[in-house]
Amino acid sequence: MSPILVAGPSKPVVVAKRRSRSGYLLLFPGMTWLAIFFAIPFVTLFMTSLQEPVPGKMGKYQAGFQLGNYTNAMAEYWPQFLRSFIYAGIATLLALVIAYPLAYFIAMKGGKWRPLLLVLVIAPSFASFLLRTYAWRTILADEGPITSFFNALHLLPDDRILNTGIAVVAGLTYNFLPFMILPLYAALEKIDPRLIEASSDLYSSGVATFRKITWPLSLPGVVAGTLLTFIPAAGDYINAELLGSTKDRMIGNVIQTNFIEFRDYPTASALSFVLMAAILVMVFTYIRRAGTEDLL
Amino acid sequence: MRWLRRNLLGIVAILVLIYLFIPIAVVAILSFNKPSGKFNISWTQFSTDAWTNLCGVPGVCSSFATSIQIGIISTVVATALGTMIAFALVRYRFRGRSTTNLLIFLPMATPEVVMGSSLLALFLNLRFPLGQWTVIIAHIMFIISFVVVTVKARLQGLDPRLEEAARDLYADPKSTFRYVTLPLVAPGIAGAALLGFSLSFDDFIISYFNAGTLVTFPIFIWGAAQRGIPVQVNALATLVFVIALLVVLSSQLVSYRRRKKLMST
Repeated sequence: MSPILVAGPSKPVVVAKRRSRSGYLLLFPGMTWLAIFFAIPFVTLFMTSLQEPVPGKMGKYQAGFQLGNYTNAMAEYWPQFLRSFIYAGIATLLALVIAYPLAYFIAMKGGKWRPLLLVLVIAPSFASFLLRTYAWRTILADEGPITSFFNALHLLPDDRILNTGIAVVAGLTYNFLPFMILPLYAALEKIDPRLIEASSDLYSSGVATFRKITWPLSLPGVVAGTLLTFIPAAGDYINAELLGSTKDRMIGNVIQTNFIEFRDYPTASALSFVLMAAILVMVFTYIRRAGTEDLL
Repeated sequence: MRWLRRNLLGIVAILVLIYLFIPIAVVAILSFNKPSGKFNISWTQFSTDAWTNLCGVPGVCSSFATSIQIGIISTVVATALGTMIAFALVRYRFRGRSTTNLLIFLPMATPEVVMGSSLLALFLNLRFPLGQWTVIIAHIMFIISFVVVTVKARLQGLDPRLEEAARDLYADPKSTFRYVTLPLVAPGIAGAALLGFSLSFDDFIISYFNAGTLVTFPIFIWGAAQRGIPVQVNALATLVFVIALLVVLSSQLVSYRRRKKLMST
């Protein structure tokens, strides 16, 4: 959750920057922490992913160069990989559709209520993530109003929502919605309202104004929001575990069980490494294609 | 009909806000429930048992206290380290700025499962015993970036003329910092600390990977989900939600009043 995005890049302040030892001293402790506990672990993760079993000792591994760990892991778990990206993709699109009107409303019509409305957007994160997810078991229960409604319309392939992929996607959409709203708001808030006025003065319809003015100007927010929603959603396994069945497992579930329960460290590390690589590749191609490289 | 068309956007916005709060309402309502079976999922009967006996189920309050303790330690350290980085980024020139920025941005763009598992790989290879300290190390790591971004935004928004004025009035660098810069940045630092604490307190995935046998509040809930979450958990989560909301709303009110006062003078 990042209210930071609300603050956004402020106007550049021209301060004569000093070059002195103090700058490095201020950076040193925090950056060392990030280097040791964020950057170096990727190296150990990669080394662990290449380890081989110690002959004759179950569950013990030694340094090796088993590239086969990757091919084996992918051959076995590619469906969960694919499912993670599909579920996260659908959830991201749904979140965009749900978040846009609210972000637009706060930015354009919020007026003096803006700070309060933004607090309301982040407030749900103050309640436990796990419990909020678990609450969807009550909301989507088999005999509940929502399931009955969709069943009356014969829209559900399994006659239920709970313990299906639909529930998992619904949970993902809900949980990461604030990550979509805040960057969208930050982008929409920067749009000069006179541009929209000018467009309607020139007899443009509401739809055309949105398509030609508002939407293109909000693109940086759309890119940031979709990334901030997609990335955590693709790696999430809480929604799949609490709301889905064993048929709806995502790659996060596989990494977690292999690491913590089966203690198959090489396989779990290989999957984790591939997930990170896949996400980085997607992020950079997406940013390049959307033409918002200044985002980084 | 015309009214509906004119207010459509507002109506949709309010519906989305309500949607955001539905699960929280469910959590709060079920904290007054007396479930018939193990699972507190559907409404059975009104009861205040959980609220009058918050620690009635073993493990609930101890895990809650563990999470508070971890949250405080991680927040204090991460806020100090992150604030220092933010000052360096805004006020100093140094070599390797782009690498520094990347190292701060990446933790916010990495899925938790990847961060949790890679850190666990490090601890396993070092044979470092898992427990409270490994969880604290992990939390500090992922909170730092959020602190840097929050404090940096505040620092960049400062009017440089305020500090110039202090210097013109012969304040030495130390007192300029103590009496001008720090009070102006303090709300940003406080906000970063609040954000950091809430991230730490609610974190499940990274903690679960690095906790060993330690049980934090989210880890307790995760374990309980299989055999039924005690009603007390709902009560405590509701309590946390209300307190956090009150803290944030009152701080908003204070800054609103202050702004109003400044404008009227």
